[in-house]
Amino acid sequence: MSTLTVERIGFGVTTQDLGRPGFSDMGLGAAGAADRASAALANRMVGNRPGAAVLEALLGSVSLRSDAHVVAAVTGAACAVEVERADGSVRGAAAYEVLLLGPGDTVHLGVPDTGLRSYVAVRGGFAVEPVLGSRSWDSLAQLGPAPLQAGDTLPIGTEADGWPVVDAVAPPLEPWPWESVVLDVVPGPRDDWFTPAWRTTLTGQDHRVSPDSDRVGVRTTAAEPLVRAVTHELPSEGVETGSLQVPPDGFPVLFLADHPVTGGYPVVAVLTPASVDRAAQLRPGDTVRFRVV
Amino acid sequence: MTLDLRPAGSSALLATFDTLQDTVAFRAGLGHRPPGVTEVVSGARTLLFRYDRTRTDAARLRADLAGITPSATSTAARAETATDADADAAAAVVIPVTYDGDDLTAVADLAGMTPADLVAWHTGQIWTSAFCGFAPGFSYLTGTAPSLDLPRRSTARTAVPSGAVALAGEFSAVYPRTSPGGWQLIGRTDVPMWSLDRDPPALAPAGTRIRFVDTSGT
Repeated sequence: MSTLTVERIGFGVTTQDLGRPGFSDMGLGAAGAADRASAALANRMVGNRPGAAVLEALLGSVSLRSDAHVVAAVTGAACAVEVERADGSVRGAAAYEVLLLGPGDTVHLGVPDTGLRSYVAVRGGFAVEPVLGSRSWDSLAQLGPAPLQAGDTLPIGTEADGWPVVDAVAPPLEPWPWESVVLDVVPGPRDDWFTPAWRTTLTGQDHRVSPDSDRVGVRTTAAEPLVRAVTHELPSEGVETGSLQVPPDGFPVLFLADHPVTGGYPVVAVLTPASVDRAAQLRPGDTVRFRVV
Repeated sequence: MTLDLRPAGSSALLATFDTLQDTVAFRAGLGHRPPGVTEVVSGARTLLFRYDRTRTDAARLRADLAGITPSATSTAARAETATDADADAAAAVVIPVTYDGDDLTAVADLAGMTPADLVAWHTGQIWTSAFCGFAPGFSYLTGTAPSLDLPRRSTARTAVPSGAVALAGEFSAVYPRTSPGGWQLIGRTDVPMWSLDRDPPALAPAGTRIRFVDTSGT
């Protein structure tokens, strides 16, 4: 079996796939790639099925050495990509192009200029041992294939059903650095637990991404908090990925892939699936504008 | 009764109920999941219906759910007849407990009972897993006896040990792993609530009946 060996890790790398939905009644969430569209695109570029496991690399920053001929692609946060041959010569490459690695080649991912999570797919998928039917690491449940460490050897599987049909795709357009990222939300289920001004408070100001954000959720702050109209405690209820859960401080937490199954604070609105993917690419300090759809 | 259904994003509806018993009864009345529903997530007063937008939509799901008759065979109703209660007791998963929790005496004081009374109250009823959350295998158990409705501890413990048997509000629970927690601790068990060596890995998914047995003296 072909393998990739992890030479270097900067900020944390996990394996992710479509997750393990269906265990909510046991207190276990689905997990899976935080930016699902980017993970799906990486798989598609190398001819994989949608469920193949990819690497989710925080701020890129990972080096992987191949022992065989391997087809790979990098998507998500567009980082610099280089392929270093066994003799030390370096071949320029890029995110969003199909990479052909030979035996002894090492692919180096740099730090992206914008975005948070880069995805690495290899043709055949990463064949680490699944847990409850998925190769996703769930950071909240602490369940799944463990986060990668330098020195790990990752087996490459056979979950491919085709060959790449493109050599490169256009990276998604990013907003200018001085622009806010626009995220679309659907009101509810607990919008009536807030004063009627919640709409203008949510959409009329920038929200800034806090440093304590992770795969569970993106925490935000803003000038004006959302104000509760119903002040009694909310009995725990099921929550969706993309929920804007509002803790007592009044600033929404955007639930990502590893969110808890149930939550005890009201959800004022829920991100659309495309906006969940975009939210997964937010960095601390980025500003967000919410738009009600 | 008009069902209160609220959108939760673009592929889920949240049904809300007045009481935990109504919630459990509606879920019991569901039988099979309505067409296109991929997952039902129980809450304390809610059911979250996740659906596949290629197979159904909010309007169809609303209509499907409006046609559901809540099942009266919820735990509280069943407990009213002795034979049903006996059947429940026989079907329940048994969890042996050593009642020596750090908060046992304080909880008994709060409830105006002796510790022995509290143990008898805890072991003398059938508990049902209403929903799970907080951690894999953490089941919120609701009992057939009147709830003590206990407050949480004023300060949470940074590490509640795995297997701790606890009370808070209308619920009892067993901690599946060592974790922070603010519940009142009354005992401990060796039975794992969560194990990947088991299928399903949770001992008490939503709907499971539980009976606690006192093994303190053994």
